[in-house]
Amino acid sequence: MQTKLGLAVVVVAGSLWLAGCATGTSTTPPVEDKTTPSQTPTQPLPSPSGPKAGELSGTPADAALIAKRRVYFAFDSSQLDDENRKIVEAHARNLSSNPNLKVHLEGNCDERGTREYNIALGERRAQTVERAMRVLGVPANRITTVSYGEEKPVAPGHDESAWAQNRRVEILYR
Amino acid sequence: MTMKQTGENRSGRNRRWFAAAWLCLLFAAPPAQAILTIEITQGVDTGIPIAVVPFGWNGPGQPPQAIADIVDADLRRSGLFLTLPRTDFVSSPTDDRDVVYKEWRVIKAEALVIGSVTPAANGRYEVQFRLFDVFKQVQLAGLRYTVNAQTLRTVAHQIADVVYEKLTGEPGAFNTRIAYITRENAGPNSATYKLQVSDSDGYNPRTVVRATEPLLSPAWSLDGRRIAYVSFEDKRPKVYVQNLVDGRRDLIAEFKGINGAPAWSPDGKRLALALSRDGNPEIYVLDLATKDLKRLTNDPAIDTEPAWSPDGRYLIFTSDRAGRPQLYRMTAEGGQVERITFEGDYNARASYAPDGRTLTLVSSVQGRFRIATIRLDTGALQVLTDTSLDESPSFAPNGRMILYATEVQGRGVLASVSADGRVRQLYRLEEGDVREPAWSPYNRELHY
Repeated sequence: MQTKLGLAVVVVAGSLWLAGCATGTSTTPPVEDKTTPSQTPTQPLPSPSGPKAGELSGTPADAALIAKRRVYFAFDSSQLDDENRKIVEAHARNLSSNPNLKVHLEGNCDERGTREYNIALGERRAQTVERAMRVLGVPANRITTVSYGEEKPVAPGHDESAWAQNRRVEILYR
Repeated sequence: MTMKQTGENRSGRNRRWFAAAWLCLLFAAPPAQAILTIEITQGVDTGIPIAVVPFGWNGPGQPPQAIADIVDADLRRSGLFLTLPRTDFVSSPTDDRDVVYKEWRVIKAEALVIGSVTPAANGRYEVQFRLFDVFKQVQLAGLRYTVNAQTLRTVAHQIADVVYEKLTGEPGAFNTRIAYITRENAGPNSATYKLQVSDSDGYNPRTVVRATEPLLSPAWSLDGRRIAYVSFEDKRPKVYVQNLVDGRRDLIAEFKGINGAPAWSPDGKRLALALSRDGNPEIYVLDLATKDLKRLTNDPAIDTEPAWSPDGRYLIFTSDRAGRPQLYRMTAEGGQVERITFEGDYNARASYAPDGRTLTLVSSVQGRFRIATIRLDTGALQVLTDTSLDESPSFAPNGRMILYATEVQGRGVLASVSADGRVRQLYRLEEGDVREPAWSPYNRELHY
């Protein structure tokens, strides 16, 4: 933890400098806002796990995306739409600029369909996120994946709004 | 006056009761085990009219078990019998000498079951029962059992099986067991999962495995002695085999990625599995003795949920190689993959009927997931349920009923439907969810 914090200071300082260079007038520190995680209809729940010091990233835009620890999918699909792909890419940049960080990707499904097929589908979702990260240069040995299928819903309901929240990959920093 | 009883049955039975007593010891369950209660949600008003008379009790106080109630409930649940109300009975014979056939013809009973329970030595009980054909005025069956108190329910189910077989010509499946998974909240963000085994009517639940992470996909070996299942207890799916007789547990598969969907070969020597060790889920067969692992499918799609044909020659599995999940069949060596389902947009999780001619599966049209059967010779698909979150169907070993999981008022429950769709029941827990049912095979070793 001690070394991570130390590294974080360097990273923050570095990115402040970079941000300053890019815009010339940066006054906002590029740290993520913990108090008001942004929410959109496709981002129904903020992640319960808080950010870690080492996860600060290069730009304020990325910081807002990195605050989101879940990406969502359509029924029986493992495709990332543009909005969710941007979140994954921000996490990938974050991982690239923080070589000590590792990430664990948990694939999940809604309750519809069969349990073993959903475990396979959840794995495919986690692999989609993994691939998107690797394309951006995150080495394979810093990414682990698991699928819980439909076994770990975050929304207990049995309707489309609950299902939409449950069809997700959790991005967990380690 | 003599009971129908062959020597073979008698000697076989002693061994079986010994084994049954073993099981009871092993599964000495905590006292307050939640019991699944069964409710008939759709019955029939046809069937063989039968009178099941309360068994006589030749001991002090209350009888240790209401045998006739259990027999009556079993027969009624099958949908093939109309059990007549006791208020219509003119007499309550407990011995063949007291049977007046005319009294039973009057209330239109075609068959009559009577019996008695008598205390025997060493805390055991002697149960006698007789089945009569009211019109032919003949005894169709007569058996005597001497057992301990814990085995009286089993005896009642065996009596129901004898009645069922004598009157329908097919074996009954009352004296069987079901395995299922329960989930109860243990805290705001924690849950307790249990793999449980109970009698086919939900009584005598025993916890076989307990975990704080999900359990799923229990599968019985054909001898009824072992259950393979998937546990996330190490935060990822691994396949285990639990021996119900000696309590031993073996870790079977912990490869990288998915270890899931175990299915026993009919000879009990191999497990078909879905493994993603090579990158995506494929069907494998693992020889349990030699640990030899053979990959059967080779497709970038999802291949999962293998199921053996009863003759061991084929495996059915689910694959989305054509875009959506559908059922496919291949030989047990992995050759000749053939698509089985074409109707609907989601067909998955098949298992064979005992005769090998029909599959039960989860079939979805427009987002409603229902239990269906498909005939392998004609391809005819019959949807049996009208709910929308049905899953995990399995046949009773006599092929008459299908047990599955569904959801009622937001909670996971089990349900059964007759293979012809006419009779339905719900199995509920007082608290928590119940899911992933699997009907045991006939228990030839422990019972008959």
